[in-house]
Order: sequence, then C-alpha cells, then structure tokens
Amino acid sequence: MFEGRRPAVGVDSRRSGHDVGEGWDNGPVPLYRDDAIVLRTHKLGEADRIVTFLTRENGKVRAVGKGVRRTSSRFGARLEPFMVVDVQLHVGRNLDTVTQVETVGPYARAICEDYGLYTAGAAMLEAADRLVEAEREPAVQQYWLLAGALRALSERHHDSGLVLDSYLLRAFSVAGWAPSFTDCARCGEPGPHRALNVAQGGAVCPRCRPPGSTAPAAETFVLLAALLAGEWDVADVSDARHRKEASGLVAAYSQYYLERTLRSLRMVERDTPAVPAPAIPAVPHKIPAIPREGEAI
Amino acid sequence: MYEGAVQDLIDELGRLPGVGPKSAQRIAFHLLAAEGHEVKRLVDALTEVKLRVRFCELCGNVAEAERCRVCLDPRRSDEVICVVEEPKDVVAVERTREFRGRYHVLGGAINPMENIGPDDLRIKELLTRLADGAVKEVILAMDPNVEGEATATYLARLIGPIGITVSRLASGLPVGGDLEYADEVTLGRAFEGRRVVGG
Ligand SMILES: [Zn+2]
Ligand SMILES: [Zn+2]
Repeated sequence: MFEGRRPAVGVDSRRSGHDVGEGWDNGPVPLYRDDAIVLRTHKLGEADRIVTFLTRENGKVRAVGKGVRRTSSRFGARLEPFMVVDVQLHVGRNLDTVTQVETVGPYARAICEDYGLYTAGAAMLEAADRLVEAEREPAVQQYWLLAGALRALSERHHDSGLVLDSYLLRAFSVAGWAPSFTDCARCGEPGPHRALNVAQGGAVCPRCRPPGSTAPAAETFVLLAALLAGEWDVADVSDARHRKEASGLVAAYSQYYLERTLRSLRMVERDTPAVPAPAIPAVPHKIPAIPREGEAI
Repeated sequence: MYEGAVQDLIDELGRLPGVGPKSAQRIAFHLLAAEGHEVKRLVDALTEVKLRVRFCELCGNVAEAERCRVCLDPRRSDEVICVVEEPKDVVAVERTREFRGRYHVLGGAINPMENIGPDDLRIKELLTRLADGAVKEVILAMDPNVEGEATATYLARLIGPIGITVSRLASGLPVGGDLEYADEVTLGRAFEGRRVVGG
C-alpha cells in the first residue's frame, strides 16, 4: 500500500498505490492517481482554479483545475471544498494538473446547506491545511482523520461543534501535540486533576501546576477526554455549559500550538441545545480511529 | 528584477486579479513599447473610473451617481430583489432579460477560510431594505459553488422569518462554476425555475 513512499527523488517519489502512468519503472511518471480531500480553491486566470488537496498517499498537493469555473466543466462540482475525490493528476513543472475526478464522498452539499456545519467544516479544513504544512509529504493519518470527520459532519449524527473539537484534538495528537485530560500532562501523575494548562498540554497535578492555569469543571475534563478518544456516547450527552467551556479550551489549544489563530474558528456557529441532548444518543457513529500504518478503515 | 520604474509597474500589475508575475511582465513590456497616446488612453480610463464610478449607496452595484441605473429606473418592480455576490453578476442577470426587479450586491460570499464573515458583506444593508415591507420576494443568485450555497443558506435562514418569500435559482446551473460564465439561456431558465427556500 505504501510503495509510493520512496525517497523523494524527482517525480518518481510521487508515484501512488494505483499508478496509471506508462513505463514508470524507468522514467518519469506523467500521470498518477490518489484519493484526495479538497481543502481549498483559488481562482486562477479566467476560468481555472488552483485546488489544494490533502491526498491519501502524497500528502498536500496543489494542482490546477483547468476551465472548472466554466459552466461546461464536467468536474467543477467535484473540485469544491469538503469533497472527497479520486483524482488523476498530470505531473507539471510547477503545479500538477487535474485530468480526471470521481466523487468518493460528496459531502459539500450537505455541509453548505447548514450554516453551522459549514463554519465547523471550514475550521477543520483550515486546521488540516495548517497542520500539514509541507507539500508532498505523506500525512496518511491526517487524511483519514479529516475524511472521517467530514463524513461525520455531513451525516449530522453529532453536534457540529463537538465534531469540530474532537477533530481538532485528534489532529493535534497526530501532529505530535497529544493533550492529556486525565493524567498530569507533565509528570504523568494519574488523574483526574483539577487544573488545566494549555502550554503544558492539558491536565496538571498540584505539584506541576504553573501559575495562570485554569480550573475547568470536572465535567469539562470528562468531555475533553471523550472528544479526544472519540467516545461519542459520553460526548453526546454533555450539556451546553461544558461544551462551551471545552470549545474555548480547544480554541486556546489551537492558538497556542499553531502560534496563530485559526481564522475560521471565530466564525464557527455553535448551536448547542439549551436542554441537554437526549440520554439515548442517535445511531453511534465514530470518527474512525487514528489508523496505524497499513491498516484499512 | 528590473530597474525602479519598470519593476514598480510590474509589481502593480502583478497585484491585479488573475495576473501572474509572467503576465505582469508581458503587459509591462507591451506598455513600454506602445505609443504614448495609447498609454494615455489607458491612464485616462483608469483615472475616469476612479473619479466617476462609485458604488450605489442603495444596492452596492457600480454607479455613476449616488444611485445606480437599476435603482433609478422607475419601470422596475420594487417587490423583488435579486441578491448577487458581485456587480459583474448584475450584468450576467441583466443579459437574461428575465428579471425586472431590483438588485442587492453583497460584495462577496461568506468564506471563513479567507476571513470573510457575514459582517464583512452588505447583509445589514439588505435587511434595512427589507424592513419597509415593500419587498415580497428575495431571489438568492449566488455563485453555484460551496461559498455561494453557504451564503444562500445563511441568508434564507435570516430572511425567511421576516415573512418574505426567499427563492434560490434553480439547479441546472453547474455546481462549481461562476455565475458570470452561465449563458443567458441557462441562467434565464434558472430564474424561471427558482425554488422557494424560505418565507
Ligand atoms: Zn504533575
Ligand atoms: Zn443601485
């Protein structure tokens, strides 16, 4: 599955699992194919777009979609943010060019028909774009995490704000900044603890607690831990007050580790219900677990 | 890099939408080689546009007075407002000859990743226009892409409760495209077949 991840020597390193190019053994590969999530698009010239993809095997890739803004374009609709696609790309000198697109996850429609989903989804795409900084460096765990989160968002099984916060905590973990909301993030002293410090990475015990730590509600700690672990039966029944406190802490966490605010985060519309969610949650639906290498979901 | 004035020109041209560094360089050298009076015509046109053209205080369309031609036209209906993203979309809708109401230009679409929220668009101005009860229908004619759809969703939710009919252009407009590229026939048909989404 990962034969495409060879040392980065010229074009050959971009070869993916399902190669479509001719003679790839001895020469440059003109075409390659990959699954991809559309992170963002920019208008280019008269009718083209530059599309930023997070691909499954080639990491972040920027490519040109030629003529996709024209009404005659066959695949303009598939190259929209939130879409998960099977894309074929032609290797170019600067930017690759999209030559074929098939829809794998048509999430864009459902997401932009609900303003809360749209703002939460935009924050997820922006976070992924920021966390996967380098282009063409495989980020397979980030790919699966985002694809799962977009699906969960579009299927509305959970509150959109919770899906966003769960996604952010797990995306940060994959990026190497795993928070801890039970044991002390600094010394490992088993929790639960009462203080939380974003710079220390989560819960802190009385001995490690630096000045300026906050003391969230015990339920907020439980909610944060559930969001990090993907325990939706716990998260779904949390109440509005603790959701609000948790989302504030997740935002602070994002700002601290990205060293800059996620611009989309200020626009996220959180419609936490005034009454607690029903005790019997809807069909349990998890964001897929963070996959280990080679593990299919 | 070139000497002072030439590089300044390339830099300025390169800031225009759709003009990359290579095109900027090509245009700059075209202008250098052009006759003086040709360049002067361009300079005059730029100066004129900045002097005479502004945005209509009512609808946000381009105008040569305080109000644009559409807003000043007494033959047009005050009962329907067509909401678009950009002034160029007004031109696209006018081409269809299907629409005889007024316009409201938002100045873009909601795009959180580009830091454009509802407060950055002319949405408050739209609500003000709807307050006096003269308007019976609002037609949302945003670009048929993710940002346009999300903006329409937001507006439908905002305007629906006021009791004004809100409609969205019919599908048939290809998703992912720009409204300005839709041909008159397709766009006209989209107008006729618009669907009510609120109100
Ligand atoms: Zn400790
Ligand atoms: Zn006007």
